[in-house]
Parts: sequence; structure tokens; C-alpha cells
Amino acid sequence: MQTEAKQAFSISDELANQIDQVLAAHDHDATQIVGILLEVQDLIPQQYVPEAVAFYIAEKLPIKVSIIYDCLTFYSSLSDKPRAKYPVEICRSVVCRVNDSDSLLDTLKKILNIEVGEVTYDGRFMIEEVPCFGACDVAPAIRINGKVYGHLDTPEKVRSVLSSLM
Amino acid sequence: MSSEVRFITKNFGKYNPDSIDSYISIGGFSALKKAVKMDGEDIASVIAAAKVKGRGGAAYDMGRKWSQARAVKGEHKLVICNADEGETCTFKDRELIKNDPFNLIEGMIIGAYTVQARDGYIYMREEYRHLRPRLLSAIKQAEEKGFLGDNILGVKGFNFRLHLYSGAGAYVCGEGTALIRSIEGKAGRPRMKPPFIKVSGAFALPTCINNVESFSIVPHLLLDDSNVYTNCGNGESIGTKLVSVGGNVRKPGVYEVPFGTTVREIIFGLAEGIPGGRRLRLVQFGGASGKVSDERILDTPYTYDDLKAAGVDVGTGSLLVIDDRTSVIDFLRYTQAFFSHESCGQCTPCREGNLHMKLLLDKLAAGEAHPCDIEKMKKIANIMTLTSLCGLGEAAQNALLSAMKIFPEVFAVGGAH
Repeated sequence: MQTEAKQAFSISDELANQIDQVLAAHDHDATQIVGILLEVQDLIPQQYVPEAVAFYIAEKLPIKVSIIYDCLTFYSSLSDKPRAKYPVEICRSVVCRVNDSDSLLDTLKKILNIEVGEVTYDGRFMIEEVPCFGACDVAPAIRINGKVYGHLDTPEKVRSVLSSLM
Repeated sequence: MSSEVRFITKNFGKYNPDSIDSYISIGGFSALKKAVKMDGEDIASVIAAAKVKGRGGAAYDMGRKWSQARAVKGEHKLVICNADEGETCTFKDRELIKNDPFNLIEGMIIGAYTVQARDGYIYMREEYRHLRPRLLSAIKQAEEKGFLGDNILGVKGFNFRLHLYSGAGAYVCGEGTALIRSIEGKAGRPRMKPPFIKVSGAFALPTCINNVESFSIVPHLLLDDSNVYTNCGNGESIGTKLVSVGGNVRKPGVYEVPFGTTVREIIFGLAEGIPGGRRLRLVQFGGASGKVSDERILDTPYTYDDLKAAGVDVGTGSLLVIDDRTSVIDFLRYTQAFFSHESCGQCTPCREGNLHMKLLLDKLAAGEAHPCDIEKMKKIANIMTLTSLCGLGEAAQNALLSAMKIFPEVFAVGGAH
């Protein structure tokens, strides 16, 4: 499934245009590669940087593609593998753990019927365990595409967050 | 009971953080106007006199840092604001950026004036991306009003520009040399020092890095004619501090307290204590890399010296409160998981040490540890502290080593295996 997606990925004119705009907004400054990759990743429905896109950026900046892959594999907010439309990042750091993020994780697995690292059949959700994202005052918390949802201490609250994205 | 003060946070809620006019209407940028009439060395002296220590965790004398940065020769120097707040249970910088972005920018401009820097960078963690639009707009508005750009406030040759860079989920990038590599557009792996950052930082230019809270203090301090700040605290711990309180407390949040407030007042007063009638198991100070204590710490005044004497440190200013539902071992395993994930893998002691510590902690949790395993843990922890390349590996075992002192019974395993 993932290999198919990778092979099938080609850059549409619209996407190329959007990437060009991101590069222009960063003045084609190669030192801003991390910020560029984060913004480009947001443009891809599965929230990752496909190989074709990495090569496209490398050519346009220009920058060595190996530097792009060094960043893609080093920084955990960047991915070179397809994720989902809504990657559900659950904080697994100590502050959320002592506020019972274990139950929150169980709830997520049950509702979505997937394990950590898996994607739902429709490609919409996946569960990712991440370290502290600084929402300790609303623990236990999840983060979806940059937005934090806190105080998720009942299955009803989790369900309502996920439904709001449907 | 409330011992909160408003000095660093005095602008919170007083103006619209998306409008520079609103900031100016409450006296914004008057500290900068005062600063440009002063000699840079005098600004550093004001900070040194108030004994401000860096608020990122290392607690380095900030006045001294600015004075040293000023003394470094270089046509092109930089100031960097470290907003890569990655320590667990630390979210004070988030609140400063959210509620008072212009004050941070003003503090950075004053910093640039003091150390004679031409460019400034705010390196903010990806996790705070929701604050990006606000900061970008604040920078743009400051440019339009002439607080950033060329000949700022009519001071000939005072040119300063500000850039916002994003991290991408790497805790290690809070370390100075890693942060700099990230700003240069590389993977954020730390490097050996020297050369020191103040001499050769980002793009090999002389660089002065400070934390969000450190920069945010400066405008208030320059205008503090009635000595509100210096009248707080005592000894080496003057002024106020933002503390992030989290874990098992009724009211987690960021509080500004005068140095000298007791730990009990912070946890049971401001944060309203532990819910459900449960007992305190432990408190971790200063983030994942911080040390722990138990209820014996409660009546200790929150100052650099008193905490140190009690075996912990201020660090990032966080207090993680854990009640008796979580065991010491489980706490250590959660903390270890964090470091195992965040080790960049570049140096052997940190990469391998964190891996083996995880295995040993799992063994201890399963009740299968032998006394020699405890010795092995101590040995590995000490090797990591002494030989890791950067602060991450050096500090990763602080929680474990301090827990061994506070909770010896947890590590007293039988020898008859």
C-alpha cells in the first residue's frame, strides 16, 4: 500500500506551484531548509515529503538532496514516509503518562481500530507516539496537524475530537 | 494563599499581542528608547547588578555573557533567542511568546544594541507552530515602525534584522551548537567546543544565545526605577522566576514567583496541591534532565543556592509533581524513554548508554535486577555524565542518580539470585 503510494506520487502542476511559493517565501535560502520542508509537508495530503518532492526542492534551491534526506531522517517532525491526513500525535512523556495517557492511548487504538504506527483503512488517521510538545498544563494531550487537544481524560472527549475532523 | 508577582509577566493581558500600536500604548519600546541613550556596557551592568541568570537551564550570568559578547571583535555578530523549549513540563516560554511577543522582540533589539549584533534569530520549536503567525506579524510590524531595520530610532549604524526559524521536533536542538547547525540548514547534531559560540556560532559568526525568558526580563529591568525586581529574592537569587508546574496538581500552569518562595507554596499554594487526597511521591525540578526529590524539599526556598544545597537545581524552572500512583521506577522508565528517543546518536556514551539504561530499568521494574545491575547502572550513568559530547548525554541520568540518593530502598535489590 505504502510502496504503491510512493510509486504513484507525481508532482501536479498545482503542487509544483505551491512548492515554488514556499521556496519564494523563504527567499530560496537553503539555510531555511527545515522550515521549507515543514511547510511543504503540510501541502501533501499524507503529511510527508515524497522522494519526487525532495528531488524537486533539491533542484530548485539548489541544495544537495543528501542534505534534505539528512534533515528528513533526523528531525522527527519531518517524514519521508506516507503518514495520514490526520496523524494523531499522542504525548508519551512523563507529564502526560502520570495523567493517564495510557488510557488515552488505549481509547485511541479502540476507536480507530489501529495500533501505534498504523494507518486507518481510509488513510485518514494514524497514531504516533511523540515526546513532550509542551501541553503539560492540559495533560493528557494529543496534537493533530499542529493543533493541541488537551484534557482528554474520557473516551467521549476523544471521540468528539476525532468526530470534529470527519 | 497567593505569592505570585507580576514583573516579567506584567504585560500579560494588558495589550493585544497582535498589535504593535496596542503594545506602544502601554509603554512598549520605551525601554529600547532608554537603552539607545546608554552605553552597551552599562546595559550589561544593569543586568549583572540584578544578578540575572540565564533562564534556559544553565543559569549562566547573563550580564557577564552580554559583556563578553560585546567584547568579541567582529563586523557581523548575531543574537539568537532559544525558543526550543523542549524539556518536559516546561512551557513558560510558550506563554511569553503567546502573551507578550513584542516584549521579547524589544528585549532582543536591546540585546543586539548591547552586543552590537546585526542579525537576530528566534529559533522556535515546531511544536509551537501555532505561535508562528503571531511572531511573524510582530516582526513585520516592528519593521514597519522602524524598530527593526537600519538606523533604528535614529541611531546611526544601529542596524538589526530579525529572522524566525523553526525547529522540527528535535530536543537536542535546544543545545547551543545543535541549534546553530539547525539554523544553518543542517541536521541538529551538536559539535565539540571550542570554538565557543560567542566566538564562532551560527555561520561561524560571533553569536550570543539567550532564552526567551532571559530576553523578556531586559526591557522591564531597564525601566525598573523603583527596584521592584531587585527587591525580590536574596543573595545570588534576585528577582522573580517563571515556574511551570505540571503533573498531578489541581492547577497546572505557569506562575511568576519571587525567588525565596517555598516549594510548598508553589505546589500547594499556587498550583493548589495534589487532587484526590493522594500523597506526593516525588518532584522533578528543571525538566527531563533535572534532578528529583521528595516531600523533604517542600519547605526549601526556591532559590539557586537553597535548591542546590537540597540536591536539585532550578534548571528550566519546571516543577513536575508526581503522586503515589506512579512508582519511582516507572517515573524513571518514562524519563529514560524520552532520552532514548531524543539522543541524536552521534556519540557512543549517549547512544549506547541510554539504550542500556533502558534495559536495566526494565529489568529492575520486572523484579529481576541483581545488585551488580544497580552497580552497572551507576557506572554507565557516570560514564555518560563524564564523557558525552553534549549536555543531553551529560544530564540524561540526573533523574536516576538523584533518585538513587533519595529513594535508596527502590534500588536495594536482593543478592541471592
